[in-house]
Formats: sequence, C-alpha cells, structure tokens
Amino acid sequence: MAKKTRNTYKYLVFVVCLMPLAWLIFAILSDTLYQTRLMSVDPVQKFDRELGDWALIFIILTLSISPIAELSKKKGLIVYRKIFGLFGFFYVCLHFLSYVGLNLQFDMIELLNDISKRNFITIGVIGFILLIPMAATSSKKIIKYVGGKLWKKIHFVIYTIAILGVFHFFMMTRADFTRPTIYLIVILVLLIYRIVTRSKLLSLKK
Amino acid sequence: MLIKFSKKSDIKPSEITSENNFLARRRFIQATLISGASLLSPLSGFAGEPTNNIFANIKKMSFGINEKLTSFEGITNYNNFYEFGTGKTDPAQYSHLLKTEPWTVEIMGMAKKTGKFDISDLIKPSELEERIYRLRCVEAWSMVIPWIGVPLSSIIKRFEPNSKAKYVAFETLVDKKRMPGQNSKFIDWPYIEGLRMDEAMNPLTILAIGLYGKPMPNQNGAPIRLVVPWKYGFKSIKSIVKIGFVENKPQTTWNQLAPQEYGFYSNVNPNRDHPRWSQKEERRITGESGLGALFTPKIKTEYLNGYAEEVAHLYKGMDLKQFF
Repeated sequence: MAKKTRNTYKYLVFVVCLMPLAWLIFAILSDTLYQTRLMSVDPVQKFDRELGDWALIFIILTLSISPIAELSKKKGLIVYRKIFGLFGFFYVCLHFLSYVGLNLQFDMIELLNDISKRNFITIGVIGFILLIPMAATSSKKIIKYVGGKLWKKIHFVIYTIAILGVFHFFMMTRADFTRPTIYLIVILVLLIYRIVTRSKLLSLKK
Repeated sequence: MLIKFSKKSDIKPSEITSENNFLARRRFIQATLISGASLLSPLSGFAGEPTNNIFANIKKMSFGINEKLTSFEGITNYNNFYEFGTGKTDPAQYSHLLKTEPWTVEIMGMAKKTGKFDISDLIKPSELEERIYRLRCVEAWSMVIPWIGVPLSSIIKRFEPNSKAKYVAFETLVDKKRMPGQNSKFIDWPYIEGLRMDEAMNPLTILAIGLYGKPMPNQNGAPIRLVVPWKYGFKSIKSIVKIGFVENKPQTTWNQLAPQEYGFYSNVNPNRDHPRWSQKEERRITGESGLGALFTPKIKTEYLNGYAEEVAHLYKGMDLKQFF
C-alpha cells in the first residue's frame, strides 16, 4: 500500500475512534439545549458506563488486530494496533475522570475509601495504572530504546489488563451480565489463539 | 382517628405558596380535568359520570417536603423495573405492553377475610391522598415524587389479620408476554417483597395507584404498588397481585439474589455502605437532562431517608448495621 493512502486511512481511523466521544458531547449538548434525554436524566451514570464500555471495546479491538492481520494475511493492519491501544488508554482516562470528577465530584477521601474498600474499584485502578507504562512506551523511539524483547513483555500485559477490565465490569454489575460475558469470551478466545500460535512458533524454532 | 404526625415532614406555611407546589397543583388540576373528561383512569366509573372518577377527589396531605419535585418526565423515564428489562429506559419503552384492566389482587394468609378482589373494591373504601415522598434508590440516586394512594394500614385493617400474622408478603404479576424482562432468568420470578407488620401498619406506608394526580404510569408499577419512603426503592414492590399475611419473615427477591448486599429491612442508612458503593450521598434526579444534571452537587443521604422521626421507633434496640 502506498504510504499516502495508508496515512489517509490512519487519519480516517483516528476520526472514527473519536466518534464515541463526539457522540457523548453531542448528546449532552442536545439534552442541554433541546431538552432531549439522550443521556437520560442521570447523565453522570451514563457517562461512567459509556466511557468504561468504550475503553473495554478499544482494548479488545487492540487485542484482535494482530490475529486479524495474521489470519487475513494483511500485515499492514498492524499499524492500527497502536492507534486502538492509545484510544483504549484515552477512554480509560476519560472513564476515570468521569468517575472521579462527575461521580465523586473530586472528593478525594471518598476516592481513597473506594480504592481501599471496594474490590471492583481496586481492580479497575490497577488496570488503569498498568496501562500507563504501555501508553508511555508506544512511540517508535522508545520501542528502539527499550528493545523489542522487553517491549513485547511490557505489552503482553494488555491481556491481564483486558481481563481486569472485564472483571471490573462484572463486579459492578447489579443485573444483566450479557455484555461482560461477551467481552470475557472474546478476550479468552484471543488469549487462547495467542498462546497456541506462540507455542507453535516456539516449537518451529526448536 | 386522628393521627398526629411529627412536624418535620409537615409543609411549613412558608412553603404553601412556593412555585413548586403551585406548579404541582396546577399540573394536578390539569390532570384531573383531563382524566375526568376522557375517563382515562382505570378506576373510574361509567363514562359520563365524572363524579365516579376517584382521581377527582384527592385529599392533600400535610406530608410534603421543602424539596423540588422531580418532573413527571423524570419519574417516568428513569426506572428500575426489571420485568421490562434491566436498562433504566426499558420500562418507559416496553411497559405499554402491560394490561392493567381488569386487575385483581389476592389477599391471603392469616386473616379473617381473604380472597380475590378487584382493585377498585380494594381502594374505594379508603380516601385517596397525595403524599410527596423522597424515593432513595439503593444505587445512590433519588427523586421526589407526589404519589396518589391510600395508607396500607387502612386496607390491612379491613381484612382483619389475626395475631399470628407477623409479616406482610407481596408479589408482582408474572406475565412473560406482557413483561418481556421476565424472559431473563436471573431473577426467579415473581418479584417478591415483604414488610414486618408494624412497618406495614406505619402511617407512612402507602399503596399508591397514581402520581402527579394521574393514574399510575405502567413503568412506575401500575396499577398498584407499595411505597415505603424510608427504605431503599426496591422494597416498594410494583404491579402487586398478591398480598399475604404470614407468620414467618418472607423471602425477598434482592435478598435472595445477594444476601450480603441487600437485607430484609433495607432501611436507608448513610452509615452502612453497600459493599460496592458508599451510601453517604445521593444524586438527586430532578428530571432535568444535560449539563445541569451532569453538574448537580450531590446531597447527603439522611438516616431513614429523613423520616427518622416517624419511623425510628420501629427499630429501637436493633443494630441496623447487623439488621440492614
């Protein structure tokens, strides 16, 4: 693929990744100006849930890019892994900001209480912290600096993060476990695929 | 009988002409005119006899609070009524499927009189009252709702429960066709709830058949539901078809689902957190949407939802952290 078209696609994907946020902003402005109820009469909860959901979706997308590239034999797709990964981090940040800012209204004592007392929040925060070194080592310069092997090790943590994210979702749910169940199944399938292909690769090397 | 209520929840003279009450009254008058003319009320009598419309004659109670009412749109578009789905807007979307006419309620158990009764026969002997109550959901949001209903005690008395009747148990309708959420199996339908007899007899406890001067919207538990304002919202069971007088503490749905999270009493208590979130504060749903609702400051949750003066005596000597 010519570099120019690849860049065009990149920009296009970038814009598409911003759509969920654009929708949320549009919805809350529409609710404010035109008294619609796109974000319901409890937009705080809606922001929490929607942003968390998109964070998980982008993390799962990130995980599925390389299997899709391998299976479809379109290696060029791999460039989108980084974009999706960074957007996953972006939506996790917004989700955290919405929880701390909108839900807790910046009550830091309550935040510490939640982190120490409530397992699903503890797990969510651990996942968030683990994402930071991954996001920080995403540029090409740093990959070179860190070295491919270590970088791969750091980034294999994404499977752990995805599972933590899904457990966070499971544990906060009061009813209807359909969505977290679907997410968990997808993540497990991707993980099994990764383990199987890795071990095949290793046995070939031997 | 004259029941003396404490001053706390009485409307202060200064509140009587407040804009809120004025608007509520005006809405109420409009609503009664509409329902009187078109006889939309499921409890109304023959067409052309508006005097039979029981919604035309509602006693305004001194119950009321110095808080802004949640709008009708807010109350009817944000509901936990899993019989229609677990989403907050599912009940508004699907509850039109529910058929509330005819509706019979079966009274059973340890009482002199039992049997199946048409809802109008159940309600008519009692005088309808408007009660403005706070509703605090266990999920840490709340509303202020002008219910129309009758004291549960007035109904219980007519059936003359005997001395063995220590608890009152309630059941919601099961109808998978008209309540599509009941196809989900995570609740063992029917939804069931219960109160201790003294809680059921407390003057604050009502059976509601409407709100904002109108018949109960389906998504809010039409045609008849319980309202127990000092307990978390899920205790106030909706679309009731059975009321039983029983000797032993009845099973309740949420307690069965997660006993460590939802107790039998489930009294509003800021000092006892839900295991997964704090109960110290609540988001007041005003019905407004958009940025205003997004940045509304949270309010402190009150012990027994602010009704301690009326009901705290029911729990004297009980450790409410243990009996949550």
